[in-house]
Amino acid sequence: MTMRTAEAIAAIPMHHGLMLAAILFALGVIGVLVRRNLIFILMSIEIMLNAAGLAFVVAGARWEQADGQVMLIFILAVAAVEVSVGLALLLLLHRRFQTLDADAVSKMRG
Amino acid sequence: MLSLLWLIPTLPLAGFLVLALSGRYLGHRSIAVIGTSSVALPALIAILIGIDFIAAPPPGFVFRQEAWTWIAVAGFSPGIGFYLDALSLVMVLVVTVISFLIHLYSTEFMIGDDGYARFFAYMNLFVGSMCILVLADNLLFLYLGWEGVGLCSYLLIGFWYRDPANGRAARKAFIVTRIGDTAMALGLFLLFTHLGTLDIQPLMQRVMQQWPEGSELAILAAALLLGGAVGKSAQFPLQVWLPDAMAGPTPVSALMHAATMVTAGVYLIARTHVLFSLAPPVQLAVAVIGALTLLLAGFSALAQKDIKRVLAYSTISQIGYMFLALGVGAWSAAIFHLMTHAFFKALLFLSAGVVIMSLHEEHDIFRMGGLRKKLPVAFWTFLIGSASLAALPLVTAGFYSKDLILWQAWSSAGGNPWLWAAGWGGAILTGLYIFRVVFLVFFGEARAATPPDTRRPGLRITIPLIVLAALSLVGGWIETPPFLGNLTLFSDFVQHALPPARVVHDGKNDETILELLAIAASLGSIALAYLLFLRYPAFLHGLMLIPALARIRKFWHFGWGFDWFYEFLFVWPYLWLAYADRHDVIDNIYKMAISFTLRWLQKVDRHDVIDYIYSGLAELCLFLYRALSATQSGQVRRYAAAIAAGSIGIIFIGIFA
Repeated sequence: MTMRTAEAIAAIPMHHGLMLAAILFALGVIGVLVRRNLIFILMSIEIMLNAAGLAFVVAGARWEQADGQVMLIFILAVAAVEVSVGLALLLLLHRRFQTLDADAVSKMRG
Repeated sequence: MLSLLWLIPTLPLAGFLVLALSGRYLGHRSIAVIGTSSVALPALIAILIGIDFIAAPPPGFVFRQEAWTWIAVAGFSPGIGFYLDALSLVMVLVVTVISFLIHLYSTEFMIGDDGYARFFAYMNLFVGSMCILVLADNLLFLYLGWEGVGLCSYLLIGFWYRDPANGRAARKAFIVTRIGDTAMALGLFLLFTHLGTLDIQPLMQRVMQQWPEGSELAILAAALLLGGAVGKSAQFPLQVWLPDAMAGPTPVSALMHAATMVTAGVYLIARTHVLFSLAPPVQLAVAVIGALTLLLAGFSALAQKDIKRVLAYSTISQIGYMFLALGVGAWSAAIFHLMTHAFFKALLFLSAGVVIMSLHEEHDIFRMGGLRKKLPVAFWTFLIGSASLAALPLVTAGFYSKDLILWQAWSSAGGNPWLWAAGWGGAILTGLYIFRVVFLVFFGEARAATPPDTRRPGLRITIPLIVLAALSLVGGWIETPPFLGNLTLFSDFVQHALPPARVVHDGKNDETILELLAIAASLGSIALAYLLFLRYPAFLHGLMLIPALARIRKFWHFGWGFDWFYEFLFVWPYLWLAYADRHDVIDNIYKMAISFTLRWLQKVDRHDVIDYIYSGLAELCLFLYRALSATQSGQVRRYAAAIAAGSIGIIFIGIFA
């Protein structure tokens, strides 16, 4: 990262970044709660993860520590795992129920 | 050998346990072996102990054996201890030997009965209890045996329990003797509270030291013990149970009348003779009760039809003789008569049993007759027993013992001519009633409805009969009156435990005259019985046509109306009260207090606080269940919402708290 971009980032007030992260997270939560389609739910979860990652980055930049970026790398790894497992589950569900409606597959049977 | 004393009561009790627990799995043969051997061994031990005791007497002619302490509570510590002296030795010998013979007889007599094992179990328990009674070292342990024989008499009288009449007879015996036992228990309490011990020997010493002759306490205690003795020994006024006790099997009657139950009262008085000799009025009462009972029972025996009831009244009468002897202080004479009576009464019952069995359960002597030739064993043994009972002079045991009692009733300190006269009259009655049976059953022409079953009784019946017959003849030769050699082996021996009778009217002429009168009574009554019942029966029939005499005969037949009297005086008022009082105040109080109030409360209290608590609890549980089950809907989005809401909540708490 060059000096300029660092300065440019530092020029942004922290609460703007945090606000953005909060809005993104809230949108993600709303998406999880209101969407019935499992794909959209997964995507909303991705948005929430990204919001959390943004918050970490902003905080890392503010205190000039690399920890925030390390956490972002972790979150990206978790997101990748989650997506792969989630999509595999989605495929199975779709094959079984011919639908991706989350409410339609609410019956848990052993 | 003496150290085996504890086995004498223990073995019959062990036999009882074995038979009671496993009797139903055993065959007849093993039941008979167990039942008989558990009495035969004690008899053998008793004989060996007796030989030992006489050959090498223990110091003071007393042997004690303490097994263990029964209870120990604040100065009251009765032991399980056995006490053997001359008196208990004689008693234990009589009890075990006679019981053994009766058991042996029963093994054949009872064959084919459903309750074969039950019978021997009860009989063993009976013998065991009696051995405890006579060997007990203290009065509480004695009382254990005392109640034990009471229980066994109930069990055995009601042995054939399917017939309600037998159950009634058993209950009657139990309740009537219980009246006496209550008195005895009170006597024991009195002795313990005043003297602080129930061990017989220390107790008697304290009685002698602390209570002067004729003191009120001594009289009261003796009277209460006499109550117990009167109940157990079926004396006036509690004699009513014994004739009904004939409901049990014949060997039971033999056991009860000869060796166990009814002799217990005589033994008790002899055992506590110190107390009785300190209470002269009670002792006089003992003598009077004996004299009265022997006459009452003698007359009743004369009017019976049932052969076993004759013998029952005869027992009451003979125990009356023993009480008479006890009352005049002739302790050893009483025990001597107890012994000879055990021989001949067991013999009479057992041979009567043979007669009854061979006539197919016929009890009525007027339906027998002419059995002399057909049942020779029963005839000879019954004749010997009857002769001994009627005190046929010189050859029978009963003569020597009864003679001794009659002489001492006249001559001893407590005796007087009236008591002698009662005894003498009783002797005439005895000869009359028993030879009435002999002549009616064995002589004359056969009146039996069914011809007798003349199957020969087996050895197990014959041997006891012969042994008992021999004892009934020679058993008295150890004690003879002055004009017959003045042998006093028995009283010399018993005098180690019981004081000799104090003779105050000593006169050789008197004694000879009285002996001759006694002999005359015995022979005369037999002759009279022969004339009245065999030779000229028409004379008696003629007499019975007179209504007054017939009524007297009936009165005697029903035991002087004592049953009616008691029924009228105690049973009916009691039943009437119970009936009349079945809806009385107390019943109503209970009805109100319990049934009504509870029902009211129940009605009112349907919705009380506790009910609310419980139903509230139930509803809370239901609510929680619903709430919790709602969280497990499986709806992913609801889970997510719940998680989001929870997170928001935690954040708020984190910020504002």
